[in-house]
Formats: sequence, C-alpha cells, structure tokens
Amino acid sequence: MSRAGTYLRQVLAMARGMSVTFRYLFRRPITIQYPDQKTRVEARFKGRHWLTLYEDGMDRCIGCELCVIVCPSQAIYVKAGENTPEHQVSKGERHAELFQINELRCIFCGFCEEACPTGAIVLGRDYELAGYSREEMIYTKPMLTEPYPGASGRDPTREI
Amino acid sequence: MAADLAAAALKSAVVLVLLLATFAYMTLLERRLLGKFQIRVGPNRVGPFGLLQPLADGVKLIFKENFVPTHVDRVIYWVAPAISMVTALFVYAVIPFGEITVFGRQVPLYVASVNVGILLILGASSVGVYGIILGGWSADNKYSLLGSLRSSAQLISYELALGLAVVAVVISAGSLNLVEIVRAQSKTWFVATQPLGFLIFLIAAVAETNRSPFDLPEAEQELIAGYQTEYGGFKFAMFYFAEYIGVVTMSALITTLFFGGWTGPVLPPLLWFALKLFAFIFVFIWLRATLPRVRHDQLMAFGWKVLVPLGLVNIVVTSLLVVR
Repeated sequence: MSRAGTYLRQVLAMARGMSVTFRYLFRRPITIQYPDQKTRVEARFKGRHWLTLYEDGMDRCIGCELCVIVCPSQAIYVKAGENTPEHQVSKGERHAELFQINELRCIFCGFCEEACPTGAIVLGRDYELAGYSREEMIYTKPMLTEPYPGASGRDPTREI
Repeated sequence: MAADLAAAALKSAVVLVLLLATFAYMTLLERRLLGKFQIRVGPNRVGPFGLLQPLADGVKLIFKENFVPTHVDRVIYWVAPAISMVTALFVYAVIPFGEITVFGRQVPLYVASVNVGILLILGASSVGVYGIILGGWSADNKYSLLGSLRSSAQLISYELALGLAVVAVVISAGSLNLVEIVRAQSKTWFVATQPLGFLIFLIAAVAETNRSPFDLPEAEQELIAGYQTEYGGFKFAMFYFAEYIGVVTMSALITTLFFGGWTGPVLPPLLWFALKLFAFIFVFIWLRATLPRVRHDQLMAFGWKVLVPLGLVNIVVTSLLVVR
C-alpha cells in the first residue's frame, strides 16, 4: 500500500475511534454505586460464616473440631463441652462450648463447610466484613449462630 | 485616564472571577464527561451531581502541607507555578467575549483592544512555557527534568505550526486585532475558507496545552507526573489552573479565529461565544477520551515534517488568493 494510502487509513481509523467513544457517551453507566446499591451475589458465594441450627433450635455443631483440623489458615478455635440431660445443646454427646472464627485470618476457602459432618458451619452471603479492631473481628459463638433456624438461608430440615 | 483605569480594573476583576469559576467547573466537567465516555458515573457524591466537588478539591489543596523537597532551587521552585498561572490569565486581556449595545452603540466586550492582540497571545503563551521548564528544572528530580525537556521541545515545535496557521488567518482578515478578525468573518467564517489552517491550529493547540494525545510532558507511565512531580498543594493547583485555562484559551482562540467569535443569529453574542467555547472544550475532552499518547519521535516528526510544511503551503496559497 502506498504511503498516502497508509496515512489516509490512519486518519480514518482515528475518526472511527472518535465515533466509537462518542457512542459510548450515551450508554448507561455500568457502575454499581456501592453503598447505595449492592451487587448481586452468586448462588455459591462464600461469605460470612454461620453456625446453623436444626428445625427445633438445637445446635448442629457437635464439637468434633474437624473444621479446626482442616482449616488451612488456622482461623477456627473450638472448645468442646459434654451434653448432659439437663443441658442438651446439640443432638450428639458433645457440643461446642466455645466456637470462634477469626474473620481476619479466614481465607473463605470453604473447607470447614466441606469437612463438617453435620453441616453445622456454612459460608453465608454477607461480604461486608469490617471492624475497628482485631478483637472485634474474632467472631464468637453467639455472633456466629444463626438467630433462628433457617436465618442463614439454609433449609433447617436438611440432612447435612 | 482614571476612569479608563477603573473601567479596565473592573473588567479585569470580572474576567478573573469568571476564569476562576471556569477553571473550577472545567475540572468537574472533564471528570464527569470522561466518566460518561468510559461508561462510569464520575464524581457525584459532593453536592447534587457532584457540583460542590471543585470546592472540596480547592479546600483540600489549600490546606495541604506545604512540602518543599530538600535540594530544590527555592526561588525558582516558588516562582514557576506563578509564571504559569499569570501568563495563562494574561491572554484574557485581549480576547473579545462578545458585544453589547449601549446607548445604540455596539461595544465589544474585552479588557483591552490591542492592535497586535494575536501576537500578544502567542507571546504570552510562549512565556508560559517558562513556568513548566523552570518548575521541572528547579525540582531537582529526573522525572521533572525529563518532563520539562520534552515540554520545551514540544512547545517550540508546535508553536511554529500554531503561528503559521494564525498567519494565514491574519492574512485573510488583514488585521492582527482580534476584534477586527471577528468582524472580518461577518460573511463567512474562516473555517470555511481556511479548513487546512483550522486543522493545523486544532492539532497544534492540543499539543500547546499538553493535552492527550500529546501529553508527553506529564506522561504518568514514564514520568510519574513530569514537571509537576515535586509540587503539591496550591502550587500544584496553579499548574493545573494554567493547563485548564490554556484549554479554555485555545478554545476561545479557535472560536475567535475560525468560527466567527461572538457572532451568530438570534441568541445574544455572549451566549454564542460561550456555546462555541464549550463545543471546543468538549472536543478537547473527547480527544483525551479517545486517542492514546503518541511517541516522542512521532510527535517531533509530525510537527516538523507534516504540520510546518502544510502550514507554509497554506500561507502561500492564502497569500496568492488574497493578493489576486
């Protein structure tokens, strides 16, 4: 191609570029204005943990500490306690007396959810995890337990 | 004499306030428009539609720490932004904004009608380069120095092309006075008789104001921020002021030299001027949103091997047509 032809092509390419940007001027912005609007979270999103309950309000967690063993970032601490007839917390022999997750250490891999034999620990959909100190980011059992059966969005009658 | 001085002072004050407001809202306009071009929203959190954003920026810049690096050449470091800002403002002394009818007489609106107005503008914008060069040199920083070196090379090269385009217009109008140039376009705008001159002027104007795609002096990928690297707070704002007011100046010049200045049907002259001005400011932003930066050798080759010869040819042709 001749030199003049090349120049002409380049100028035309520039004009085409200008027309493209001009058309973009009238498009709707794709911005999600975050604090006002929130993005849709995918179905299998892994967010904040919940300790789920059975339908009758009993803890699913049996204090087996499998999640503690599998956790790659060692973010979970569990202290198991014995169930007694007067103080029956879960359906097995033991329950979690203390259950803490350090949300700053957690990498949201979901291994705890996979390891759990009763499906007690699940990763929820809440991604707005922030705090003013390290201490308040260690979530304790009352914070992690769902307020009523099914509050985390999981069916409380499910097997696991 | 005293009355003349008072009138000039009043006009200058009005122009100064207008320009400061223009600068503030041009930063917002550019950010919002670039946002729209890139299908985002742009700054919209401070006030309705982000209208208080320039105010917030200004307050922030004024209250910033006044940081001066250790090995800086202090006097020049302080003077450079002032040179940029003052020369950017100075050119508005001679740009005519419009025309009003007072007691049945047509009075053009300008601070001073200088018979070599266009020369004064070109001169002042050349002095403005000193702000950039000295600012980059005094900061004792390799990025600043490289930025200002590029800037001087670029501005000298493109000033020529700019001047050549202006000369053709001056030949057609037969005057260096901007008011006379506008009057000469009462029948046809010079963009119709000088299309090549207009294109050369537009390209050279983009290069003169260091705007993308010719923003090599502050190419952030290579030079951090070029000559502004070591500047912060209000000194930085002054450089920015010079840059944005430079864009307004060039738009005003394009309007005046090629698009008939304040003349137009129906609407009042001031409004026509503002409309045309805005159209060219939009073109500057549109170019920035579209074109990537050129390489330095491409910039030089284009300036010297294309624009300058074309400008000379344009002058020869114009002269022949005018003389005939």
